[in-house]
Amino acid sequence: MATFTLPKNSTVQPGQTYKAEAGATNVRSFKIYRWDPDTGENPRMDTYEIDLDKCGPMVLDALIKIKNEVDTTLTFRRSCREGICGSCSMNIDGLNTLACLKPIEDVQGEVRINPLPHMPVVKDLVPDLSQIYAQLRSIEPWLKADSPAPPDEERRQSKEERAKLDGLWECILCFCCSTACPSYWWNGDRYLGPAVLLQAYRWIADSRDERQGERLDQLQDPFRLYRCHTIMNCSRTCPKGLNPAQAIGEIKVLLAERES
Amino acid sequence: MANSHDAREATMIGRRTDGTIIRRPLSPHLQVYDMMQMTSALSIMHRITGTAWSLGLIFLVWWLAAAAAGPDAYASVQWFMGSFIGVIMLFGITAVAWYHTLAGLRHLMWDAGYGYDIPTTYRTGWMVIIGTGVMTVLTWIVAIIAWAS
Repeated sequence: MATFTLPKNSTVQPGQTYKAEAGATNVRSFKIYRWDPDTGENPRMDTYEIDLDKCGPMVLDALIKIKNEVDTTLTFRRSCREGICGSCSMNIDGLNTLACLKPIEDVQGEVRINPLPHMPVVKDLVPDLSQIYAQLRSIEPWLKADSPAPPDEERRQSKEERAKLDGLWECILCFCCSTACPSYWWNGDRYLGPAVLLQAYRWIADSRDERQGERLDQLQDPFRLYRCHTIMNCSRTCPKGLNPAQAIGEIKVLLAERES
Repeated sequence: MANSHDAREATMIGRRTDGTIIRRPLSPHLQVYDMMQMTSALSIMHRITGTAWSLGLIFLVWWLAAAAAGPDAYASVQWFMGSFIGVIMLFGITAVAWYHTLAGLRHLMWDAGYGYDIPTTYRTGWMVIIGTGVMTVLTWIVAIIAWAS
């Protein structure tokens, strides 16, 4: 069921402010969500004033600068810093994106940074993703074929068959889309969400996979697939420019065609 | 938690450094997300207008029931519909009906597999908003001309 307010232990309190060093001229405030399991206190928003003249261009650069120079307790996931690992997904200025791909200058005024929405918080900007990983596992995201692979070569695809996977294989599983989806917020226990459904379609659309019917059977469910109401927040927010809503639409069309 | 059968409940349990258990907070959602972007704003409007239109139909039923009940009952409904509040309400139902119809066509387009890319989504979104305004005003111009003649 949809609960529009936050539980009592989750409401966000005002936090500390870390002033910019004296003499800084190009100062920007970063308001960052903090929660430390060891204190047992409610989450708070800490403000860090950063001199942009001494900081890289991306939001992730600012986070790393804060952790290195201002407050080592700030916790967030990051790895590749070039938009291919999907670790630094978070809510920046009201939209989910990758901190490493988000230029600071794209944000007007103070930069508000929160963890991916409607998720259990492990610490600060780190959400617990175990539910969504379990859902990914449930769609069995690997090639399933009964016919044996040809000896000494790969299973071949035509250029047209391969082209059907474009816009699908590029997904890096950052889960910006799923956690931008109000339907996933309210029904994420049973609705698979845009990221996992895009992965499901990636295998349904693969000409080498031989279990398309079985995969569609799995998705023909009022919750797993049909909690998608085409809100389109997923495609709007995808930092890789992919279109999960369209992938879900293709699954719905395949199911409708199968019925008729 | 309101729903004790929610499978996500298990992931709300965390541990402190000393190993003791603590309930994790739920990260902010509606509180921080930009819900006024074209995508989610038009979606929630579709639900609101659908509800409002259904409620508005109660007045149509009232009107029909009054017509069946006799001239006195019918006259009192006619009086209400012609009052300031009645006209505002009818205008609101017209706007809400047009929005829900046009946004419904947009959903039909999606369900048929078309128009998912974000530029098209924004273009059709604006078409629904502007179309609602234009069609509502047109409906009332036609209604007023028909009423006056």
